Parts: sequence; structure tokens; C-alpha cells
Amino acid sequence: MQVPILKQGSYLIASIQSALTDADLLQLRESLVEQVGRYRSRGVIVDVTSLDVMDSFASRILRDIATMIKLRGAETVIVGIDPDVALAMVRLGLNLEGVATSLDLEEGLAYLDAHMKPPERKR
Amino acid sequence: MKELVAAEVRVPVESDTDIVAARQKGRALATRLGFSSSDATIVATAISELARNIVLYAKRGEISIGLSIQGELTGLIITACDEGQGIADIRQAMQDGYSTSGRLGVGLPGVKRLMDEFEIASQVGKGTTVTVKKWKR
Repeated sequence: MQVPILKQGSYLIASIQSALTDADLLQLRESLVEQVGRYRSRGVIVDVTSLDVMDSFASRILRDIATMIKLRGAETVIVGIDPDVALAMVRLGLNLEGVATSLDLEEGLAYLDAHMKPPERKR
Repeated sequence: MKELVAAEVRVPVESDTDIVAARQKGRALATRLGFSSSDATIVATAISELARNIVLYAKRGEISIGLSIQGELTGLIITACDEGQGIADIRQAMQDGYSTSGRLGVGLPGVKRLMDEFEIASQVGKGTTVTVKKWKR
């Protein structure tokens, strides 16, 4: 099942709607990396609220996405990791080190807004 | 202690869609048995990793999920078996961070941490069977 990607101003929002196969995750990675260029996006939000399981493959692909988007000049934030999924990830020994995470979509948007501001000029 | 095992479902595993099917069956059974949502997620995650190992190392195999009753304990018993090349050094395979596939493997030690009981039997050239259990709390 393909993940819908919504364009919202200078951000892209990918909302995972169901369990994803490995092929779906790879497709998501490809689409985001391509669309960040096509729409000249500054930020990407991946909402994993409806993802059933975060196993080693899913977390590796999310890390890939964040790194590749960074290399394309934009920021990524993963939102919506639920408490059950977080516990299973920790037990399994997975972390999303180096990847920005926020509680939910709202917090994710706030995170991107805060990181997209042009740097203040020093006088 | 006497253990009663009732086989519930068997899922053939040879592709990424089978990995999803196996973990969804596991979650459904855990929920039906009255596991908490957090333990149901843990069971589904362990099955996902076990199924992933089958696809990665043995190409195909099977996950079976059954009910296990042992005295006061009720839970799920999950068996992942394949006829792949087997594991030459089980002790090494059980070390954190070890992976012969060259991919990020949290693999077997991670699964062991998720579950209450963990057993592995492997024979080089014959295949591997991993049996894990999670008791209902």
C-alpha cells in the first residue's frame, strides 16, 4: 500500500495509513527523496501513528530517509511513535539516533517551523 | 511441568508481504488471548524480526503461532523454522550487533529480550528452528 504524500507549503507530509511491507517502505523513501527536489521542499514529516510495528528494517529505512533528505538540503521529523511501539523498539535495541522526532503532527510542524527560520543576523 | 500446546496458525514465509501477514496473525491471536496492547505489539514485533530472518537467511520457511498452557501460565508459543543453511556458531549469532548479512541486524538477541522464553536449534546444512514464548500477564 502506497503512502500518500501531501504537499503543505514548503513541507511534505507522508502519512502512513497501515502496515507497510518492505517494498512500500522503499517506495516511500524514493518518493520523498524525489519530491523534496521537485517541490523544493524545506521540511519533511513522516507520520508513523498508524504503523503497526517498527522493526529493524522500518527503523533503518526511516533513518535512511532522514539522512537522504538532509543530503538534499531539507529537514525530516518523524512523528507519532506510540508508547507500545516505543517500548518494543527499546527492547529490540532499536533507536532512531540522529533523527528528529516529535510527539505528533502539530509538534512536528512546530519543530520544522523553528528549524526553518533564517538565522538571525548578528549586529 | 506439563505443557499443553495447541497449534493455531501456520504462516508460510518467503516474501515481505508474508512478514506483515505473520505479524498481523500474531497480534490478532495475542489480542484474542487477552494480551495487553503493549504485549501484543511486542509479540508482533518479535514475529516480524523472526520472519525477516527467515526471508534474509533461508529464503523461505514457516512461522507457527500456538497457544501454550503451562501450569498457571497461558501464553503464545511461536516457532520460526526454516531449512536454510543453518547457523554454524549460535553463540556468535546471539551476540548483540552480530549479522552475517552485513545489514543492520538486531536479530536474535533483540527477539530474546522481547520474549519471556527463547530457544534455538540449528544444524548446518539442515536449517534453524527458533521457539519463543510470551506469557499473558
